[in-house]
Amino acid sequence: MTTATLQIRDPAWPWRLTWIGASLFLLWPLLVTTEFRPWLLFEAQSREPTWRFLAAMLPPTTNADFLWLVLREAWRTVAIATAGIALALLLAVPATLVSVRVLSISALSGRMAPVSFALRQLVRWTLILLRSVPELIWALVFVRVVGLGPTAGVLAIALTYGGMLGKVYGEILESGDAAVTQSLLRNGCSRLQAFSYGLLPQNAAELISYTVYRWECAIRSSVVLGFVGAGGLGQQLDGSMKMFAGGEVSTILLVFVALVGIADFVSSWLRRQLG
Amino acid sequence: MRVELEQIDVRHLAARPGASAALNLDHLSVAAGEQVAIIGPSGAGKTTLLELIAAALKPRFGEVQLDGQNPWRLHGTAQQRLRGHLFLAPQTPPLPPRQRVVTAVLAGALPGMGLLASLRSLFYPRDIPGAYTALEAFDLGEKLFERVDRLSGGERQRVGLARALLTPASLWLIDEPLSSLDPHRAQQALSTLTAAARQSNITLIVTLHQVDAALANFSRIIGLRDGEMAFDLPVAEVTTERLAWLYAQREEALTVDSEPDAPPLPAVAVQCR
Amino acid sequence: MTTKPIAANQPYRMPPPLFDARCRMCWFVLALLSLVVASFVTLELQWAAFFSLEAINNMGRFLGEFFPPDLSTNFLIKLLYASGETLAMSALGTLLAAVAGLALALPASRLHAADAARLRSPTRLLLNALRSIPELVWAALLLISAGLGPFAGTLALACHTSGVLGRLYAEAIENAAPGPAFALRTQGVVGARVFLYATLPQVLPQIVSYTLYRWENNIRAAAVLGVVGAGGLGQLLMYHMSLFHMGKTASVLGAMVLLVVLVDALSYGLRRIMTR
Repeated sequence: MTTATLQIRDPAWPWRLTWIGASLFLLWPLLVTTEFRPWLLFEAQSREPTWRFLAAMLPPTTNADFLWLVLREAWRTVAIATAGIALALLLAVPATLVSVRVLSISALSGRMAPVSFALRQLVRWTLILLRSVPELIWALVFVRVVGLGPTAGVLAIALTYGGMLGKVYGEILESGDAAVTQSLLRNGCSRLQAFSYGLLPQNAAELISYTVYRWECAIRSSVVLGFVGAGGLGQQLDGSMKMFAGGEVSTILLVFVALVGIADFVSSWLRRQLG
Repeated sequence: MRVELEQIDVRHLAARPGASAALNLDHLSVAAGEQVAIIGPSGAGKTTLLELIAAALKPRFGEVQLDGQNPWRLHGTAQQRLRGHLFLAPQTPPLPPRQRVVTAVLAGALPGMGLLASLRSLFYPRDIPGAYTALEAFDLGEKLFERVDRLSGGERQRVGLARALLTPASLWLIDEPLSSLDPHRAQQALSTLTAAARQSNITLIVTLHQVDAALANFSRIIGLRDGEMAFDLPVAEVTTERLAWLYAQREEALTVDSEPDAPPLPAVAVQCR
Repeated sequence: MTTKPIAANQPYRMPPPLFDARCRMCWFVLALLSLVVASFVTLELQWAAFFSLEAINNMGRFLGEFFPPDLSTNFLIKLLYASGETLAMSALGTLLAAVAGLALALPASRLHAADAARLRSPTRLLLNALRSIPELVWAALLLISAGLGPFAGTLALACHTSGVLGRLYAEAIENAAPGPAFALRTQGVVGARVFLYATLPQVLPQIVSYTLYRWENNIRAAAVLGVVGAGGLGQLLMYHMSLFHMGKTASVLGAMVLLVVLVDALSYGLRRIMTR
């Protein structure tokens, strides 16, 4: 043990200071651009309408007519989500089969043929494009074409979720062990056979699990789409809020939270069953 | 710190109702500043005993007294303060993988630090020379600013031991400190620990598998077997016969046939769907 | 054995039935199929309206109005500012949500086996309520207090995402290895210090990863929050769409897609760097 006091500086300290400084430096424009002024929430001109609205929210409206309406709209929301996911699967499954590298016959003997590669990249980028446009935008466009109603919502969900499902299915299929599928292809199976006998059994649980999780998300999306006229709970909620009918708003919110809770329960039950 | 145990009965947390006790002691007393080694075969209850003394495990029956106080009779701040006077080093070094060695070692001094000092130490370690000295005692000075998961198993174990040198504790409970160390490092670690404990009059209780290391470094040996105390003797009286009996009995149990041959099942085949 | 055992019943050669009343999954698949069929039937979807010749013509004309997109310098500057506003909304909203989520994750998790965790159920209920309500609904509600503009959008994102992140963080904390925290607790260290010195260093990579992943989702959400008036590209989109400025609308859509792709790439890159 040395008698002199050892003066060692922490080598990570200059880096930490730089990171903290840079973060604070980036934080300032964020606060300014988003007009972040939390004290505004407590000013009189926003306190009054907030208080009035909150007071109107209790008690929630519970007359039989309205409850029946809300339950019907809740079913519509679930139906829009389910139909949307069903169509999304019609889009995603073929796209996945085309875009997955594991099913490439030309890649069995080394490099993939340029045409196959180009086709795969094209499908992949289409899926990414479909995924990047928020479904609300699709819904806005479709409402212009087919008019108000659930069709616009179903199609919007189908396109966006088709992109999402296609991309994630591709990732799941490519992350597993390719040996089984490759040996089937080498022995002369068609691509569809190799998929059904090789890829599908290995990854079925994960694929189903992700699809059910996305179905749950689709239910939430279809509420959002209701705000632009696609029907369901969202449209009802929009209407009630515009009329400042606080009681109706709280009923709809409660029903919605319960709906999401049920969907969540079904989803986790299924995932537990799949092991 | 003075340790006294009376009529102890400890069960495992998940034990079935009729299962035998994990630990069953009549009396154990360790004076302040004494150094004791606990030996015994695997499953004898050595770790359970250390956790009991560290007030991490509550006995079903019996009294634990640390410096005359029963930790299970105290509540809240008083209990925490009593805990601050002891230090338990588990078998697996309790170091978060992505933390740096300097922070991991200085965490041992947390009981003596206020809230603000603890928070400040996360951003800039407050006692780098102290941490360096503690690590140097175990030949790890140059690993001061390394990440814990970049160290080898033996180095991590030594970092866990170096923590002891920074605590404000007057009782050190060390569980299997030599399991990943080669003989040279093992002896170095034990000498460092015993010398530091002797210098500050700290009570030291160590469990060991390496019997020769225990006999060479400690003046009092306790033998545990199947949760009961086999012997509690000064090192001069621990004979090879006693040691053979302590460990041999267990090996015999392993070769005894537990159940007679079951009668063969009738030959019936059933077609299943 | 010299003789083969005699079977108690003759071996049948029928394949297993497709639908077995004892099998729970069979019932589930049946329920699922009926759900899908019922959805299509009850919704009265206007397929004819979508696939009729008139509709296709309409669609074609509609899409044609999108080109050429308006790329004048003036508008591009407006677009840049709106994109910046959307980006700032998503970043600040995610950041606030990470802080709130971490604060809520502590009471919502059982820190060790003997932890009473009395606040666990109510906090989990709160987190579920926060995350069930979509960002758009939060925005519509918060407009009442925060007024029009990106402030409401930021708060809406923060509210929804703190529910999501809080639950993810709580699961990560509960799954962390208990050894380091146990050792500190035996020494009498209490509460926040145990968390900061033992648990947080272990779960930090996961926390960062989840937060960056939610940022990817939030940039999409922030882009559309403007539809209800919460600022950013969405507000610009609604404005020009309602005035039928299709060229400008196309530019806004293009900016949205670019922004989403940019944030996706940034998030992926940052995740790679930070969890090395």
